[in-house]
Amino acid sequence: MKASRDTALSGEERVSLLRMMMRIREFEDRVAESYLRGLTAGSMFHLSVGEEATAAGAGLAMEDGDCFTTHHRGHGIFLSRGADPGRMFAEVFGRTEGYCAGKGGSMHIADITLGHMGANAIVGANIPISLGGGFSMKYQKTGKLSVAFFGDGALNQGVLYESMNMAALWKLPLVFYVVNNQYGMGTRIDLASASLDFVKRAESFGVRGAKVDGMDVEAVAKAARELFSWSRAGNGPGFLIADAYRFYGHGRKDPSPYRDKEEEARWKERDPVEAQKKRLLGAGLLTEQRYSEMKAEISKEMDDAVAWAAKQAEPGPQELYTHVYID
Amino acid sequence: MAQMMFRDALRAALALEMKRDPKVFVIGEEVGRYGGAYAVTKGLYDEFGAERLVDTPISEASVVGLGVGAALTGLRPVVELMYVDFVGLAMDQISNQMAKWRYMSGGKVKVPMVLRTQGGTGRSAGAQHSQSLETWLAHMPGLRVVMPSNPADAKGLLATSIRSDDPVVFIEHKALYAMKGDVPDGEHLVPLGKANVVRQGDGVTIVSYSRMVHVAAEAAAALAKEGIEAEVIDLRTLNPLDMETVFASVRKTHRAIVVNEAHRTAGFCSELAARITEEAFEVLVAPVVRIAAKDTPVPATLLEKLSIPNAEEIVAAARTLAGRRKA
Repeated sequence: MKASRDTALSGEERVSLLRMMMRIREFEDRVAESYLRGLTAGSMFHLSVGEEATAAGAGLAMEDGDCFTTHHRGHGIFLSRGADPGRMFAEVFGRTEGYCAGKGGSMHIADITLGHMGANAIVGANIPISLGGGFSMKYQKTGKLSVAFFGDGALNQGVLYESMNMAALWKLPLVFYVVNNQYGMGTRIDLASASLDFVKRAESFGVRGAKVDGMDVEAVAKAARELFSWSRAGNGPGFLIADAYRFYGHGRKDPSPYRDKEEEARWKERDPVEAQKKRLLGAGLLTEQRYSEMKAEISKEMDDAVAWAAKQAEPGPQELYTHVYID
Repeated sequence: MAQMMFRDALRAALALEMKRDPKVFVIGEEVGRYGGAYAVTKGLYDEFGAERLVDTPISEASVVGLGVGAALTGLRPVVELMYVDFVGLAMDQISNQMAKWRYMSGGKVKVPMVLRTQGGTGRSAGAQHSQSLETWLAHMPGLRVVMPSNPADAKGLLATSIRSDDPVVFIEHKALYAMKGDVPDGEHLVPLGKANVVRQGDGVTIVSYSRMVHVAAEAAAALAKEGIEAEVIDLRTLNPLDMETVFASVRKTHRAIVVNEAHRTAGFCSELAARITEEAFEVLVAPVVRIAAKDTPVPATLLEKLSIPNAEEIVAAARTLAGRRKA
């Protein structure tokens, strides 16, 4: 087995993880706000507030040249891989300067130059596509990794198991990354899955599996770094399930009546952003002042991004017909 | 120029394209070691090896999805779906992914993938292995649909399809694999979207594609003996669709018959009939006649022949049309 990379996090990385989570949260909150201000093109967006650690940790563990796909709740993951918030807002607002020229929307956001093969609105459909990414990385000998990000809702889709089998059969550089927020839309995980030992499911398919506390960004970053570098080095596919929680509803209008309010409160006490802030203060890597400065910088960054995006042009009617075919 | 079978012509195109471009590879069930369920890829495994002729488990959805992901990340996959009847197993990856990623990304990504499959009757293979499902694919904006009727076109259209940057569904016919015909040597490219006038005439226009072109030609030979000269048009591709050739013919003959092996109800013949009527109503002496498979599942064994169009039906329809004059 080839050696995997040392997973220890530098002080700078630890602070960057907090910063990224704060950026994700500020971004997501402004999407919700922008909807109320009438800026968004519809309300089909799915916010990842509460899951920031699963995105920031994975983002740190990926490298330039890696490719990935996400599910429909993928804003945070995209930001963690260097997406420009202005262009993301522009896409959610349906403007031509958006990542998908205003034609994809929140659920189909993509940028192949950043390795993002696309967010998918069909639960689990991104998984075989990432299988193709892994196949491609191996075929083209890029030495890079393919990561499929999806939620617990996809854990019972057949294509996950088909893909795990092929990934293991061909020893592909591919990680199946589960953001487990305990609910597939409105259905709690134990009401959807006969067996809750998902690592065991993966291992039974020949895929190396691991579980991590998705509210602890440093645990996520270390677990991701270890598994990603192991898989990227050609040792075979990996499966990482990060247990987290969605602080908002499934979509815009969902007050989550199917969730126990006491359960929500318990998870909110484990807010990943607050937890990391506290940890960094305790480690002397952050001061309250520096934190306030960061918050102000990020707030400004996101306000500027929204303002910029709001000024961008909408596509003209002829754009309906473009990009259907190339030749 | 050489006389060869339809399946050999396909193989020749595959071999030439694989030699020309290392990014082209073939993947699917039994394509490598077995040589293809219909022997299309026979011998290619020995020539190109396991890396370029990839045998897969029976996992149609994820294999097609793998093709999408590989195409998104720079490769040019030729994915084989053993029977078009299996398309249901992979329909999400074909219609929601392969067909739509270019559009959803605002033109930022491309899916230069060919999905090769075969359909049609002729082997008494039963209802689940004998269908003509091209309409399902032709209905999907973003997909090209190619259906060669003869060996030379099989070679030329497959080469063009592989070189196209658009996703192509390439539908062969099981009853045509052993058909012999003259095939140009070396590089042979037939453009998509250019119908072929197989037989000229001014008495009636018969439009068809794939195996039914030969049934139409058989009918035309019989009609000639009765003094009715039929113009037989082979569409070659359903998307892009060359209606100009059809309209020019109908303006000359004033009578149109469309023949397909798909079912009558909502079959592609219905689309052709609608377009001809919209364009050429004033010059038609009678409604467009659809000759299609009966609206029943395809029976196995002896009844199969009764379920699909035959030359007599076309001859009868042409005679009726020949007897009609403008009111």
